[in-house]
Amino acid sequence: MPSLNMVLAQAMLGLNVGIFYAMLSLGLAVIFGLLGVINFAHGAFYMLGAFLALIGYSYLSVWLGIDGFGFGFWAALIIVPIVVAIIGMIIERLLLRRLYGQDPIYGLLLTFGVALIMQGLFTNYFSVAGTPYPGKPESLGGAINLGFMYFPTYRLFSIVLSIVVCLATWFVIERTRLGSTLRAGVENPQLTQAFGINVPRMITLTFGFGVGLAGLAGVLAAPIYSVSPLMGADLIVVVFAVVVIGGMGSIMGAIVTGLALGLIQGLTKVVYPPAANTVIFFIMVAVLLIRPAGLFGKHEKG
Amino acid sequence: MMNRLLWIALIVIGIAAPWLVYPVLAMKLACFALFACAFNLLLGYTGLLSFGHAAFFGGAAYITAYVIKVWELSPIAGIVLGTLFAGVLGAAFGALAIRRHGIYFAMVTLALAQIIYFLALQLPFTGGENGLQGVPRGTALGVINLDDPIQMYFFVFAIFLLGFAAIWRVVNSPFGKVLTAIRENEDRARSLGYAVERYKLIAFTLSAALAGTAGATKTLVFQFASLTDVHWQMSGAVILMTLLGGMGTLFGPVIGAIIVVALQTQLSGMGSWVEVCIGAIFVVCVLVFRQGVIGELGRWFGQSRSRKRKQAAGE
Repeated sequence: MPSLNMVLAQAMLGLNVGIFYAMLSLGLAVIFGLLGVINFAHGAFYMLGAFLALIGYSYLSVWLGIDGFGFGFWAALIIVPIVVAIIGMIIERLLLRRLYGQDPIYGLLLTFGVALIMQGLFTNYFSVAGTPYPGKPESLGGAINLGFMYFPTYRLFSIVLSIVVCLATWFVIERTRLGSTLRAGVENPQLTQAFGINVPRMITLTFGFGVGLAGLAGVLAAPIYSVSPLMGADLIVVVFAVVVIGGMGSIMGAIVTGLALGLIQGLTKVVYPPAANTVIFFIMVAVLLIRPAGLFGKHEKG
Repeated sequence: MMNRLLWIALIVIGIAAPWLVYPVLAMKLACFALFACAFNLLLGYTGLLSFGHAAFFGGAAYITAYVIKVWELSPIAGIVLGTLFAGVLGAAFGALAIRRHGIYFAMVTLALAQIIYFLALQLPFTGGENGLQGVPRGTALGVINLDDPIQMYFFVFAIFLLGFAAIWRVVNSPFGKVLTAIRENEDRARSLGYAVERYKLIAFTLSAALAGTAGATKTLVFQFASLTDVHWQMSGAVILMTLLGGMGTLFGPVIGAIIVVALQTQLSGMGSWVEVCIGAIFVVCVLVFRQGVIGELGRWFGQSRSRKRKQAAGE
């Protein structure tokens, strides 16, 4: 029988995985809401975020031949999501925009192609086995005594920061004027446009914001996991299952489902470790049988 | 007209293939062409995008490898069992996936297929990272020596032709017409009294079973089953083959499979640039080449024919 402390420890580690599920599925839901596109490249943007943080810390000064040029972890938290968002907006403008009004399946296939390109490019220059990110700030080193265990300070920091970011996103979308404009754009793009709102620009910015979140998640993941070209591909399939379980109708639904499934995955490691990889898929099967539209989903069409 | 030309070309090239390219490459082409055609039955004719067909292809590959290697069954029994397994798995996955539509359908199939991937990785009898290697080819029907490359090729080509003919028969049957109706307008098909869910499920099962035949045959060709066969990139590859060749055309997936496999073979020395290349083709296909090779050819044929007709009518 596993001890209570061990269960709690795995729960915390599970929560740590859950924040990545939450941030990625939140971004997917925001993008899906406005564009009607599932962004297969979301995992690739997450990977891009982690790599940009790594490059900023370890490679930039070498590449440019300027000593000390580059940026550390704190700067990466700001710079990287912005850069990822800009790259995302360029892709939206150049490629995705041409597919609006078409079957959403084409958006999925297009972003799948984009994901392969990004993944392939990084595989050419970096090891598939992964490179550690050495830039974890000293102030976040060590561990904190939570009463039941010593938990790494950095992991606790990443959990708190992600939850704050998720809640802030929820607040902006559900409770502010900007958010209500956004929701109006989802509900009826033509009418919103008629009120003088530039809907195409709003779409671009929303896409940028969604992938920016993925970029931020990548920066947060870099000091925990090793940075590898495949890190996003492995994650995105699970996040898709999370999205099917939660349904994409609700922002809070995406956040809660992500965190909860991370927690469940962590606890599975205590009960039956071999199932930890697949438990989320089996939960998806159960949800499809009991509540086909997803836990927070409205009945979807299309 | 165009279809008859393509049938003749298919059979002529199919018979000449082992002398045109390496026999193993020709066998590989036949396997992937069958895989793509099976997939097209679902995407092209029923309008369902499965992102999980690697589970059927690879799952059957593993089953076939196991029963031939460990149970020492004959190659044909191995292929039959692999196909059956893929069919049963397809019925189960299909029943779950058709509860959702469109983009969710794609995500559900992808996630379900990932279960099979992890099973192939973790189960005690699948060989983990190594897969199942050293599967003997043996002798088919007591006389066909499958260790001989030419005999093996024609064995594989016969399986391909059987599968291809089955798909051709299904597509041109009343059943196939209902599938097309569902693709074009699901609600209308339902209002006409067709049990849409049942049709979708049968199409899914058929497509999965034939994808399994392709995977099982692939095991005999390469004499192993590996994680590559069940990985989601395999699902992506078959989508590309179908899209590139022409969705919803009988011959498109064959051409798509030939192009993609040839590309992978040509670029195999260039590391992950293959992936970049495949990704770029995906993007281009989706943006400007949605009809695929056969679709564009057909349009071109159609145009020139209607022009001739106009000329004949003196317009």
